Amino acid sequence: MTEPEVTSYISPAMADAVGRELSRQVSYPISESDIRKWAIALYYPEPPPRLFWDANFAQDSPHGGVVAPEDFNPFAWMTAEPGGVQGPRSNDPQLTEKTLGLEPPGVAFQVNGSISVTYGQRMRPGDVITSITRLGGYRERTGRLGLMLFTTQDTTWTNQHGELVRQSQGTVIRY
Amino acid sequence: MTDALPPRALGLTAGDEIPPFVRTTGFAHWNRYAAVNDEFVPIHMDDAAGREAGYPTAIGMGNLQWAFLHNVLRQWMGDEGRIEQVACQFRSPNLKDQTVSAHGRIESIGDDGNRLRVELTVWTDVDGGDPLAPGTATVSLPNPGPADR
Repeated sequence: MTEPEVTSYISPAMADAVGRELSRQVSYPISESDIRKWAIALYYPEPPPRLFWDANFAQDSPHGGVVAPEDFNPFAWMTAEPGGVQGPRSNDPQLTEKTLGLEPPGVAFQVNGSISVTYGQRMRPGDVITSITRLGGYRERTGRLGLMLFTTQDTTWTNQHGELVRQSQGTVIRY
Repeated sequence: MTDALPPRALGLTAGDEIPPFVRTTGFAHWNRYAAVNDEFVPIHMDDAAGREAGYPTAIGMGNLQWAFLHNVLRQWMGDEGRIEQVACQFRSPNLKDQTVSAHGRIESIGDDGNRLRVELTVWTDVDGGDPLAPGTATVSLPNPGPADR
C-alpha cells in the first residue's frame, strides 16, 4: 500500500498563522571580545580589519569606535531573554509549526534557501539587541525533490535605543 | 581595512569586478566559525556525517559563505563604505579543503548627492565553477564629487 501523494503542505491553520510572532530574543550587551573573536573567525588565517579590534584606530575612523561586522550574531551561545543555558539548536524541520501550536505539515527535511538583509545602525560594544521573528509566509513548488514547502521568516533587530539594526527575510525549503 | 583602496581611487565602472576574497576552508576555519556562532552541527565537523548526507566530506556553513560575501565588500570599500543590503541564495555547500572565492561585479552606480549608491551582483564559487551562493548587494560610498571621479 503506497502513501497518498501530498498535494499541499499548507493547511488553513498554517495560512492563518502568517504574521504571528515565532520568537523574541534579547542579547546580552555585546562585548569587544565577542566582536574580536567573530572577526578573527571570519578572516582566518589573515588578521581581521583593525576597525573590529583596535580601539585607537577605530576611534579615528568614520565610525568613531569599534563596530561589529554587519553579519555579527549577538545571540550566539546565550541570550538574556530567554535566559538560562539553552539546549542544542533544534534541527526539527517542523519546529515552526510546533512553536505556533499547529499541526506540522509532515515534512522530513529542510535546507536554507535564501536570505536577504537590509542594514541599519551598526552594532557596537555595549549594545543590547532585540530580535523579533514573525512567520512571513508559505508557498509551494514541485521540483526535483517533489513537493517543496518554502517558508519565509521576517526578523527585525533593534538596539537599546529602538533603532533598526537589521531587517531580514530568510527562506527555508522543506520537503 | 587599512589596505583597501579609497573609494575615489576605485574608478567605479559598471561591469567591473571587485577584488575577490579567497579562503581555503576546512576544519580549522569551520571550527573557529562554529565556536563564535555556536554552530556545532555534525555535517560541518565530521566527514562521516558529511558522507551520510551524500557528500564526499564534511561541508562548510552557509553562514560562512554569507560572511565571505560581506568580507569581499568590506575589503573593497574600506571603512568609509557602508553595506546597505545583501541577499543570496544558498545553492550548494563547499567541501573540505576547497578554495572558496567571494566575488562582486558592479551593475550600476547611483548618486544621491551625498553618497554613491552601488548595486552589485555577488557570488561565491570554487575555482570559478558554478556559483554556490549567488546574490545581490547594495553599498554606499562617500561621494567624491564630479571633479574627483
